[in-house]
Amino acid sequence: MTAPPRFLVTAEPLALAPLLAAVSSPAHGAVVGFLGVVRAEAGLTALTYEAYPAMAERSMAAIAAELAGRFGPLTLAAHHRVGRLAVGEVSLALAVGAPHRREACLAAAAFVDRLKEIVPIWKTVLGPGSTRDEEEGR
Amino acid sequence: MSESLRILVKVKLFGAYRDAVGAECLARELSAGSSLDGLWQELCREWPTLIPLAAARLAARNLDYAPGEAKLADGDEVAFFPPVSGG
Repeated sequence: MTAPPRFLVTAEPLALAPLLAAVSSPAHGAVVGFLGVVRAEAGLTALTYEAYPAMAERSMAAIAAELAGRFGPLTLAAHHRVGRLAVGEVSLALAVGAPHRREACLAAAAFVDRLKEIVPIWKTVLGPGSTRDEEEGR
Repeated sequence: MSESLRILVKVKLFGAYRDAVGAECLARELSAGSSLDGLWQELCREWPTLIPLAAARLAARNLDYAPGEAKLADGDEVAFFPPVSGG
């Protein structure tokens, strides 16, 4: 099996295991995996994600470089899904490898924070018979 | 005006910006030296439905965020889009 691209926007369902494998190395004593999942909320039946894929992938790679500058030697891989996602489906799969657990966990949290700030991906909430833009800041 | 003083840029639009124009991708011919803001003003003249979206507008040039005063070059890919909400 070929290694997955490190940063990807895709309409296909996401898998974490290939990303965990992609960031693992003999130098990394810690590997953290994170899944962003569509959460059940009142009035929500599904989310639709749209992206500017080329810029989103470039932007995720830029965040990874930024975090390596902040937390030391890290390997990151992140895939974001687009299209219609029902409650329980995975929108984001992220894996971080680092020499030690603290940096791996902090970098994973920081990556998601930055992604929500700068990566050109948009979600729309689909409810029963209505559409609205989701309030952000969570 | 001579050909060399004109540039051709590709414009990508997302979310409400795409809906306001009714297209996700446009090709625009501009005067050499045009800025990102200049292009935006031109689009607003053609599609006034864009005007209310100006305040929240984010813009990119060749896949990187760019300020309104950024000068455009022939072959550039420009994008206008709303605040992001991925994750």
